[in-house]
Amino acid sequence: MEQLKTIGRELAMGSQGGFGQSKEFLDLVKSIGEARSKAEEERIVLLEIETLKRRLSEPDIPKRKMKEYIIRLVYVEMLGHDGSFAYIHAVKMTHDDNLLLKRTGYLAVSLFLSDDHDLIILIVNTIQKDLRSDNYLVVCAALNAVCKLINDETVPAVLPQVVDLLGHPKEAVRKKAIMALHRFYQKSPSSVSHLVSNFRKRLCDNDPGVMGATLCSLFDLITIDANSFKDLVVSFVSILKQVAERRLPKAYDYHQLPAPFIQIRLLKILALLGSGDKQSSEQMYTVVGDIFRKCDSSSNIGNAVLYECICCVSSIYPNPRLLEQAAQVISRFLKSDSHNLKYMGIDALGRLIKISPEIAEQHQLAVIDCLEDPDDTLKRKTFELLYKMTKSSNVEVIVDRMIDYMISINDNHYKTYIASRCVELAEQFAPSNQWFILTMNKVFEHAGDLVNVKVAHNLMKLIAEGFGEDDDNADSQLRSSAVESYLRIIGEPKLPSVFLQVICWVLGEYGTADGKYSASYITGKLCDVAEAYSNDESVKAYAVTAIMKIYAFEISARRKVDILPECQSLVEELSASHSTDLQQRAYELQAVISLDAPAVESIIPPDASCEDIEIDKNLSFLNGYVQEALEKGAQPYIPENERSGVLDISNFGNQDHHEALTHSLRFEAYELPKPVMPSRVPPAAVASSTELVPVPEPSYARETRQPASLPSASDAGSSELKLRLDGVQKKWGRPTYSSSASPSTNSSSSTSHKTTNGVTQVDSVGTSNSKARDTYDSRRPQVEISPEKQKLASSLFGGPSKTEKRPSSANHKASKASTHTSEKSQAPKAAAAHTEVNREPAPDLLDLGDSTSSSSAPAIDPFKQLEGLLDQTDVASNVNHGTAGAAKTPDFMGLYADTPVSGLGSSVGDLLPTNRDEFNLTSELSNATRTAQGGVTQFNKGPNPKDALEKDSLVRQMGVTPTSPNPNLFRDLLG
Amino acid sequence: MGIRFILMVNKQGQTRLAQYYEYLTLEERRALEPEIVRKCLARAEQQCSFVEHRNYKIVYRRYASLFFLVGVDNDENELAILEFIHLLVETMDRHFGNVCELDIMFHLEKAHFMLEEMVMNGCIVETNKSSILAPIQLMDKMN
Repeated sequence: MEQLKTIGRELAMGSQGGFGQSKEFLDLVKSIGEARSKAEEERIVLLEIETLKRRLSEPDIPKRKMKEYIIRLVYVEMLGHDGSFAYIHAVKMTHDDNLLLKRTGYLAVSLFLSDDHDLIILIVNTIQKDLRSDNYLVVCAALNAVCKLINDETVPAVLPQVVDLLGHPKEAVRKKAIMALHRFYQKSPSSVSHLVSNFRKRLCDNDPGVMGATLCSLFDLITIDANSFKDLVVSFVSILKQVAERRLPKAYDYHQLPAPFIQIRLLKILALLGSGDKQSSEQMYTVVGDIFRKCDSSSNIGNAVLYECICCVSSIYPNPRLLEQAAQVISRFLKSDSHNLKYMGIDALGRLIKISPEIAEQHQLAVIDCLEDPDDTLKRKTFELLYKMTKSSNVEVIVDRMIDYMISINDNHYKTYIASRCVELAEQFAPSNQWFILTMNKVFEHAGDLVNVKVAHNLMKLIAEGFGEDDDNADSQLRSSAVESYLRIIGEPKLPSVFLQVICWVLGEYGTADGKYSASYITGKLCDVAEAYSNDESVKAYAVTAIMKIYAFEISARRKVDILPECQSLVEELSASHSTDLQQRAYELQAVISLDAPAVESIIPPDASCEDIEIDKNLSFLNGYVQEALEKGAQPYIPENERSGVLDISNFGNQDHHEALTHSLRFEAYELPKPVMPSRVPPAAVASSTELVPVPEPSYARETRQPASLPSASDAGSSELKLRLDGVQKKWGRPTYSSSASPSTNSSSSTSHKTTNGVTQVDSVGTSNSKARDTYDSRRPQVEISPEKQKLASSLFGGPSKTEKRPSSANHKASKASTHTSEKSQAPKAAAAHTEVNREPAPDLLDLGDSTSSSSAPAIDPFKQLEGLLDQTDVASNVNHGTAGAAKTPDFMGLYADTPVSGLGSSVGDLLPTNRDEFNLTSELSNATRTAQGGVTQFNKGPNPKDALEKDSLVRQMGVTPTSPNPNLFRDLLG
Repeated sequence: MGIRFILMVNKQGQTRLAQYYEYLTLEERRALEPEIVRKCLARAEQQCSFVEHRNYKIVYRRYASLFFLVGVDNDENELAILEFIHLLVETMDRHFGNVCELDIMFHLEKAHFMLEEMVMNGCIVETNKSSILAPIQLMDKMN
């Protein structure tokens, strides 16, 4: 039978003259197939372009030939070269009456052109004509083209015809018509909004193919608005039931499973419809349970359906029995040897722990294995899972892991992603400020250019505000350790700009605070930074301001100020800078150091970065001056809102350009009305994300921003739920710390002090609470949340909540946190201390109920802890795992080695990869047969060298002599 | 959207078929293809058949010397896509008989036609092999 088929095919091809194509085409394909390098392929294609250009310019090209040229053009474009010179011929071919040519034309056009290409307009007419054709295959070809080529502007031209075709007697046409409608919906939902009933109608189509296609459209519709389709739950459930009971034609079976792709689509739809809807969900329980039972768990496709069941179960209203079934499947996935199944298992676990957190516990080891796996895909998926189960007790381990991984990769896209995750988790769950700072340092050092600038501001604020308790000692220890860590890091080459800004600011503010380092030492370091990063104006600005602060503190402390020569030259250089901002800073520095101690003290009070500046909005201290001016005949001031027209820049004529600009920008952006609380004025730098440099600004600018930047305390919990970082940023923004850095602000406004702490406290606690609630809602009883929240709030932001009593279950954490805060005073030892204190990382890692972690605290060698999360297993299993991994490595290497060798291209070199191919092939084959369970007999053919040889000889017969035969080309894909 | 693109690439990284379900310019394709092909070809047999790439995933499967790469959105069922690839190969095998790389090269348009029947707008619309091949066989007869 097999042979007959081959012979038949050979005959058929023979009668057409080979594959029905010219020698030129066969040669092209052959040479592309045998090309051994990208460069060789390029040469062939460039040559082909020339040939095509020549051929296409010939008159009266026969249609058959033209079709071949178009396909050669498809090759040209597929291999990455521009074929636009012949697009018009492809467009013309769509007009042909011959179906094959027409369809080839449509195919080529849809491969070449985007739906807004100018040439499309030449096709719309043809499409319209073809949609009216009597030949349903022509209609189908046109509908295919509609899906690819019609954009929102041309939809009306074909819409009526497409709608008519929904009632076409041929199911193939109905199916494609519904997909065309689906396409219109994707392109411009409004154009088909009145036609949604058609999707519902087609769901009941007699043909399973049409029904299956309709599911695609309905899935999109339901994703956007589930509520309008709740009435269809019954229909979907009954369809799914029928599919599962094998009521569909056998032809839809795939590896013995009835229409698995339709089942999966239906399960996706049910997941959407049952989400948060108990009543709808209850209708689904039976059928989903049935599928769990019926699915063949030994085949890939069966597992695909099972995975979709888990997704559905974890999305709909929870049902204990289904959850149990889901958990069983997950544990089977995780225990499997197949990486694919492990991956699916990890993903499924991430979905299920939202509902039943306890199931994670039994899979601790599997999860850790996946985390340790050299396979990046698996590792990242596992990080995803860990992210979902992070809490304050395990945050250190998880974030450490993430950072290690972040450092090890080069992929900027993922680096950014994981850095932001680290920051998010650290901000949310940090057990101590010390840890937070060290963690942020690491993130900044390795991915500083990739993280949001807000993160830097948060860090500075944290260091400035400290614990927020009345424990000045701890605060200064924290700062000392920060200073220490920065002095250590500062010498590293190529630090990210944002990180350097943080370093400069902290050194300026606290560098000399504990008396450990002399002013000249710190300023020397700052000069080094300004010099090493002389292209970065922001860094230089931060550095020079920091130097000014150091000198100011020296003067306030009545110490003699020795200005270093390099400092002097830096200041001179900057006062001639092109940047007005740098100039101003340099002049300010010079002005400040020439003042006497009392004056400096009032301009730049030491350690006042978190003090609030209260602004006399009425500028009453200027009343005398104004009065005097008026008496001399000056024009009275007209408030801005009474002036007509746009902002009059001339009003700010005396300000420098920079300030006028910032002012006008802010004036636009902050008009949103919000409760005004003039008494508390944490001056906010809302615009700081766009502006790295703290520019001293006059108080009026600040006033306009005030209302927007000041969420009231009651506001904080509710309206700012999702704006946590923004809210924080607004409060933490620049002026809080730049206030002391900008003497102009201080001197121009009468200051009275009031800490921001009160406000920030409420705000951050409120928002972080809500954040915690989001994550934990379903997996933790309410009672347990509050100690978490309190700890979170107190450890990250400090405050009265810290002193509140916790339930005993959280005691070990409380003590842990306090050890952190008290013990870790010396920065150099911080890392070691961190691991020591954190005795039980692994149980915490997977511990979602508190009970286990307190019971399992085996005191193992602390160095073991450094190595990872494995300590809950006994050491022996660690070792086993390690050796197993090591033993595998050579295999990996062998496989990696495969690829390059095969590229060499000499026929001798070819033998090796060929053999390996055989090997790979058989493994693929055995896989296929295993999944097929022997049911589909045609897969059992095995690698068939005879066929390959026959094809080879066929090509020879056709006049194509393979010079360096590439056996791969003839290898049966299915083996 | 679901499926964003389907690529067939051989072991040397040479493209044998490319179908995109959202339009990419030539330059974008030239940049994308080598990058993802390199990623997938560098992986060992026993590693996952899935690779994350930017904000989507690539599901790939190897048949003899040919790799099938399918770019899918993040919420797509990877195992199902893996089996979809197999279904595609089975379908091609039914049509060509012992399908090999050369069949796809010589009948590029037919391979595309099959894909057109199976996937529309990035969704899997037809999995019944007879329905997929019927129009192609009819066209063969007519010519």
